[in-house]
Amino acid sequence: MAYGPKIIEHYEHPRNVGTFGTSAEVKARPDVGVGLVGAPECGDVMQLQIRVNPDSGVIEDAKFKCFGCGSAIASSSLATEWLKGKTIDEGLAIRNTQIVEELDLPPVKIHCSVLAEDAIRAAIADYQAKHAGVGTPASSSAKH
Amino acid sequence: MASKAPIYLDHAATTPCDPRVVEAMLPYFTQKFGNPGSRNHRYGWESEEAVDTARAQVAALLGADEKEIIFTSGATESNNIAIKGGAYMYEKAPAGSASRGHIVTTILEHKAVLDPVKRLMKEGFDATFIEPGPDGIITADLVKAALRPDTILVSVMWANNEIGTINEIPAIGALCHEKDILFHTDATQWAGKMPVNVEKDNVDLLSMSGHKIYGPKGVGALFVRRRRPRVRLQALVDGGGQERGFRPGTLNVTGIVGLGKAAQIAKDEMDKDATRLLALRKHLEQTLVTRLDSCAINGHLEKRLPHITNVSFGFVEGESLMMAVSEIACSSGSACTSASLEPSYVLKGLGVGDELAHSSLRLSLGRWTTKEQVDHAAERIIASVTKLRTLSPLYDMHKEGIDLSKVEWAKH
Repeated sequence: MAYGPKIIEHYEHPRNVGTFGTSAEVKARPDVGVGLVGAPECGDVMQLQIRVNPDSGVIEDAKFKCFGCGSAIASSSLATEWLKGKTIDEGLAIRNTQIVEELDLPPVKIHCSVLAEDAIRAAIADYQAKHAGVGTPASSSAKH
Repeated sequence: MASKAPIYLDHAATTPCDPRVVEAMLPYFTQKFGNPGSRNHRYGWESEEAVDTARAQVAALLGADEKEIIFTSGATESNNIAIKGGAYMYEKAPAGSASRGHIVTTILEHKAVLDPVKRLMKEGFDATFIEPGPDGIITADLVKAALRPDTILVSVMWANNEIGTINEIPAIGALCHEKDILFHTDATQWAGKMPVNVEKDNVDLLSMSGHKIYGPKGVGALFVRRRRPRVRLQALVDGGGQERGFRPGTLNVTGIVGLGKAAQIAKDEMDKDATRLLALRKHLEQTLVTRLDSCAINGHLEKRLPHITNVSFGFVEGESLMMAVSEIACSSGSACTSASLEPSYVLKGLGVGDELAHSSLRLSLGRWTTKEQVDHAAERIIASVTKLRTLSPLYDMHKEGIDLSKVEWAKH
């Protein structure tokens, strides 16, 4: 696969790799939302975690982990960069097409950007569910 | 990134020509260019002599008689002539009938065996595809269990191209001879690397290729047994009657000279090469397995070719691994469906796919592979897998003791 320079750059130097704790710890943290999308059989799993300031509603930090191809890694890396400093609503406004454009994803890799958008929505939904006080959020098996 | 040539660890795909092979071929392009079929002048005679020499060299490699060697364009053509030509000749009922005969082969075969067999199935033949156990070995017992009263042909590869496992060829051949069933082996990965004696090994038909043994591409050979039993084949191509009519067409003299020379070198240097490569391969495997967890060698650990290894790395995706190890020229494979890589039916057949989320590298060493190259490759692979695992949410889950097969994934 011949990738453009932006994908290669993110793949070689992924931003914001990591988590805000073990799966049990992040589940217990009210300021963290977790999105886990994709499936191992499909060759892509993205995990996106956001840390939100409850007073301002601003996403202060974001971390990702990704099992997937170079495009999937680059898409999720870019998503964390874009999320930082955005409000929840601004985060929800991010579209996969913007990721495609920014990274110059080849057509066969569009699904990676879709997955990244799904991960953003899942992480935000998880955070919101925690705050609506709706029991345990379905963070470890986010549907999309 | 520097444009330094990647380390070549893909010798199971093809090998560089040995310079001695190229040297032997050169005069036959420009000076000794005659058609071996020209009986009336020196140009024809010297070409014919060169082909005879090559035939003797290939026969010597296989423990065969010179008359039993047919030159072809490569192992794919050899397989086609052997399987289709054999099935048509030994059919139980003529074309148009429903049950023309039964063929036994294995799911591990190369496409150049599977596809001819599948074509025969469309033409009224029946076939059984043997599945090996988790070790990947096709045993004589597995073949025996697949035989039927109407079995006319058995085709089992000598050694597998993806994982390097060695099948029980002499025993399978003995079984076939006992039952008067024609026995073909695709020895593309074996011949020239490991000893062959078509008599002792009970082989009736054997395919081999030039470019896997440091010879040129576009040339191969088919051994066709002439005695006990005298194997007959129906030719697939009609023409000038060359190669005993099995493979008509003006001979590829330069290629044949190259194949012959490659066979002679392979025979002379086989023990030395095999011993050295086995030590290197074991060193490579040991390095990977001891320094990486969730890392496994695919296929039987002992019954394998000296120069091929196939290693699976858990929780790492295939395409990103290939990107990470771009300094190494090797083949990838995976038993699970990846967004970007075709799953390997060989690894699937071994049940490697039962474990979720892994990818595999086939590393195959060759005559000029050095220990420094192997060490460098191992370090690159270890660093790449380690880096990708720091990125992998699945590796974290594995470390936390979460069973990935129990997670309810949202498939997309």
